[in-house]
Amino acid sequence: MSANMVALAYLVASVFFILALKGLSSPESARRGNLFGMVGMAIAVATTLTLTQNWPLILGCIAVGGIIGALVAQRVQMTAMPELVAFMHSLVGLAAVFIAVAAVNNPVSFGLPEILPGGSKLELFLGTFIGAMTWSGSVIAFLKLSGRMSGTPIVFSGQHMINLLLAIMMIGFGLWFFFSETTNWNAFIAMTAIAFILGFLIIVPIGGADMPVVISMLNSYSGWAAAGIGFSLGNPMLIIAGSLVGSSGAILSYIMCKAMNRPFLSVILGGFGSDGGTAAVADDGVQKTYRSGSAEDAAFLMGNADSVIIVPGYGLAVARAQHAVKELAEKLHEKGVNVRFAIHPVAGRMPGHMNVLLAEAEIPYEQVLEMDEINSDFSNTDVVLVLGANDVVNPAANVPGSPIYGMPILDAHKARTVMVVKRSMAVGYAGLDNDLFYMDKTMMIFGDAKKVVEHLVKAL
Amino acid sequence: MIGEIDPFIINLTVFVLAVFVGYHVVWNVTPALHTPLMSVTNAISGIILVGAMLAAGPAETDWGVWLGAVAVTLASINVFGGFLVSQRMLEMFKKKDKKGNA
Repeated sequence: MSANMVALAYLVASVFFILALKGLSSPESARRGNLFGMVGMAIAVATTLTLTQNWPLILGCIAVGGIIGALVAQRVQMTAMPELVAFMHSLVGLAAVFIAVAAVNNPVSFGLPEILPGGSKLELFLGTFIGAMTWSGSVIAFLKLSGRMSGTPIVFSGQHMINLLLAIMMIGFGLWFFFSETTNWNAFIAMTAIAFILGFLIIVPIGGADMPVVISMLNSYSGWAAAGIGFSLGNPMLIIAGSLVGSSGAILSYIMCKAMNRPFLSVILGGFGSDGGTAAVADDGVQKTYRSGSAEDAAFLMGNADSVIIVPGYGLAVARAQHAVKELAEKLHEKGVNVRFAIHPVAGRMPGHMNVLLAEAEIPYEQVLEMDEINSDFSNTDVVLVLGANDVVNPAANVPGSPIYGMPILDAHKARTVMVVKRSMAVGYAGLDNDLFYMDKTMMIFGDAKKVVEHLVKAL
Repeated sequence: MIGEIDPFIINLTVFVLAVFVGYHVVWNVTPALHTPLMSVTNAISGIILVGAMLAAGPAETDWGVWLGAVAVTLASINVFGGFLVSQRMLEMFKKKDKKGNA
C-alpha cells in the first residue's frame, strides 16, 4: 500500500475512534460506539499489516494476546475492574518501551534514518520514559488495588528530593543520549532504568483513597506514551489515538480531584491519610451519642415512606450486596415507594465504578442519579439509606476549617430520616468522624451490608 | 509550502488538534459510563499495536524483532481485553423492558 493510502486509512480509523468515544455520551449509543472502536482498530491493524513482512509471527502474536485478552475480559469480576484497568495500562507502557528499544536498535525498519537525527532521539526519549513510568506506576497501582500490597501510603523523609534527583539524572542521561554521535546504548539504558524506578517511587506514597485519581492519571499516561511513540515513528495513527486517550485520562483525573476537593499536585505528592495534618481533628472529649436500630425498624420506616434515596459506597461492593440491594429496591417499588440511587463521583474505586456495579445487579440506570442531579431532592426525601459510604455524606465538608472543607458531598443530612448501615463507628478514608451519624434523625444499623439488606428485604 | 514544513510540525499540528477533539468529546461522556470510558480508552491505547507490528515487521529477524513480537502480544491483550470487557459492561446498561419497571 502506498504511504498516502496508509495515511488515509489511518485517518478513517481515527474518525472511528472519535465516534467510539462520542458514543459513550449515553448508554443507548454506547454499544454502537464500542463497535465503531473495534472497526477503527481493525482498519488500523489491517493497514499496518501491509507494511510488514513477518505475517505469521505477527498474526500468531495477535492471536495469543487476543485469546488472553478475551479470557480476561470474560472472567473478570466487576468489582475487580480497577485492577484490570491498571493492569492494561502497564501493558501499554511496557509495549511502548519495547518499541522504542527496537527503534533505537533498527531505525531503518521504522522508516527512520540509519543514524538517528536529534529530533527522533528526543522523541524516542519522551516515548520511552513516559512508557517506562506508566509501566512501573501501573504495576504498583495494580498491586495496591488488588490488595497484594497495602493501600497505606509509603512515605519516607527526603522522598521528594530523591525523586527530583532521579528526574534530573534521567534528563541528564537523556541529554547524553541526545548529543552522542552514534547510538549511545549506555545512556539509553540508564535513562530507561531510572524512569522505571521513578514510576515506582511516584505511586508508592499515594494512598488507597486517592486511587481513582491514580488510575485516571495512569490512563492518561498510557495515552501520552502511545502518542510519544507516534512522534518517534512519525506515525499519525499513534499520535491521534494516543492524544484521545491522554486527554480522556486527564479529564477524568480532573473530575476525580474535584470530587475529592484535592489539588492534583497534592495527590501526586502523596501521603494522604497518613500525615498528621488530616488526622489532627481535635477530639473535644464530649461523648457523642448515637441511636442504633434494628433492620425491622428500618424496614417499617422505609415501607411507609413516599421516597427513599439509597447512597451506595464501596462498602456495598465489598460486601457483594448489589443483588440484595436490587431486591430491596424492587420490594420498595412494589409498595409504591419512589426509590432512587445517589452516586458520588468517587463512590467505588475508579470513576463510574458504582454505576457499573449497580448495572451488573440489573438496577435500571434511570433510577441511578449523579450527585448534581439528585442533591436538591434530599431535602424533600423521607428516608436516605447510606450503605457503606462515609466521607461522601459527611456534612463536615460544609464547615470551614474541616480537613475536607469544600469537598462536594451528597446532602444526605437534609433528608427527614437517615439510616446508616455500617460495620462499626470507625472513620472513613479521610480519618474523620462523621457528624451525620450523631444527628437526632439518624439511625445506625450495625452489621455487614449484605446481611442487613437481606434482613430489610425479609422484613418488608 | 507543505513540502518545506518539517514533519515534526505536521505531527505537532495533528497532536494539538487531536487533544482538542479528545477534550471536547470526553467532556460529553456521561459520568455513569466513566468506567467503560476507561476500558474503551484502554483498548484504544492498544493502538500501540501498530508500532509493535512495525517493530516485529522486518524479514531479517534479530532480537529487536522478537522484542516487537512481545510488544504485539502485550498490545493485543489490551485491544481485545479492552473492547470485550467494555462490551460486557455496556450490555449491563441495556434498558430492561421485560418487567415494565423502566
